[in-house]
Amino acid sequence: MPEDGQKLISHTSGGFLSRSRTIAPPTWSRWLVPPAALSVHLSIGQAYSWSVFKPPLEKALDLSGTQSALPFQLGIVMLGLSAAFGGPLVERNGPRWAMFVSMVCFASGFLISALGVATSQYWLVVLGYGFVGGIGLGIGYISPVSTLMKWFPDRPGMATGIAIMGFGGGALIASPWSTQMLGSFGTGTGGIAETFLVHGLVYAVFMSLGVLLVRVPADGWLPKGFDPAKSAAKALVTTANVSARNAIRTPQFWFLWVVLCFNVTAGIGILEKAAPMIQDFFANTATPISVSAAAGFVALLSLANMTGRIVWSSTSDLIGRKNMYRVYLGVGAVLYLIISLWGDSHTVVFILCALGVLSFYGGGFATVPAYLKDLFGTFQVGAIHGRLLTAWSVAGVLGPLIVNAIADSQKAAGKTGPDLYTTSLYIMIGLLVIGFLSNEMIRPVKDKYHEPPLVTVDEPGTLATPQGGS
Amino acid sequence: MTEQTETASRTPLMILAWLWVGLPFAYGVYELLLKLSQLFSG
Repeated sequence: MPEDGQKLISHTSGGFLSRSRTIAPPTWSRWLVPPAALSVHLSIGQAYSWSVFKPPLEKALDLSGTQSALPFQLGIVMLGLSAAFGGPLVERNGPRWAMFVSMVCFASGFLISALGVATSQYWLVVLGYGFVGGIGLGIGYISPVSTLMKWFPDRPGMATGIAIMGFGGGALIASPWSTQMLGSFGTGTGGIAETFLVHGLVYAVFMSLGVLLVRVPADGWLPKGFDPAKSAAKALVTTANVSARNAIRTPQFWFLWVVLCFNVTAGIGILEKAAPMIQDFFANTATPISVSAAAGFVALLSLANMTGRIVWSSTSDLIGRKNMYRVYLGVGAVLYLIISLWGDSHTVVFILCALGVLSFYGGGFATVPAYLKDLFGTFQVGAIHGRLLTAWSVAGVLGPLIVNAIADSQKAAGKTGPDLYTTSLYIMIGLLVIGFLSNEMIRPVKDKYHEPPLVTVDEPGTLATPQGGS
Repeated sequence: MTEQTETASRTPLMILAWLWVGLPFAYGVYELLLKLSQLFSG
């Protein structure tokens, strides 16, 4: 029996999907793990290109815009719920199991949707893509997080930045690919069904790389030259572990929740209305923006969003997580202020500031797992991350609500141009300042929340002391 | 097999794995850049 105060973890052998079957041999390269994570994130990132299917679905099945948005909306709700509640299962069963579940759900979602469109049963599309596929989104999103951080304890920001950049890249791949497929198969029910079918099959094959390739490091494994004690000497970085259950009882979790929520709200504020916003800002100037130029601007923002995920997240490994969020929130607020004061003075000013805000938006998403790891350790960081993603769900409603409601009310009051957005820009600045202060409140987690030392049982009767439990 | 040979034998797997994810990603970025050019031509 383990000594008092120690926790017993059993690594029993199991099937192909079990954690014990994914323990890497000593010669395994950790650089094989990011492609495994990317194969999942590049696939599930497809969710953000759902809008490609909206017009054909509306025409083929006689749906309203609200109805055709339902599968995506339910998918995002399920992403949040399954990430929040499925986290402990992912931690217990390991990344291969999680990636397999994600692959089955995400691909099945498309196959059920194909059946739904082929038989003109739209509820099957909502159930398939939204409910079943949405579970795949949530489990897939958190599946590689704690594994990547165990392989890259020296560069956790960079490692999770790669994966989360993949989520941004997923829509870049899916959007033109789905459009081309709809062009080839047609936009009637038959064509849409075939497109869904091909998506389901291709994503199943593509994601299987992650299932086959993912490995967890053996207990006690550390990269060459890495000294955990040295790393823990940095402010806010702990070598202790906090369970997901305890993490949500700490003020640090909720401060970080506010930080993520308001950083995302501020980014979505621009992302949601990017095309009409840039056109409205320069409508009454000598350099009005055309519809196609506005589409190019949206593409540029996507690039900034994606690049910010890897660049800023990697930077956080060098300057520390708290400082990185000071930049996201503090500089972000200044950029918003410049947009509101001088945004219409020149297109370059507007575009550069918007790019900064969007790169911070992406960076905020990608850096948060490493911030959680610093505060709560690697023990159940995937599950804690899943619970923190509820901040994303709230921001997803809050951001568009603020910008759209205010723009509509200003339009009704007879205002035009940049005046439509001034109030919402000031609200975003206020939210970023609250986020900044919330980040300042984050201190190391108190010892009373830490888990007792871990003891691993590989074979009955043998005890060892590992560095992490999941 | 020695540790070095085993590591070397993983090189093809490494190339395959990165190409597997890298090629679709490059396609997505290429399509994005095409769209981006509209900002300067539009």
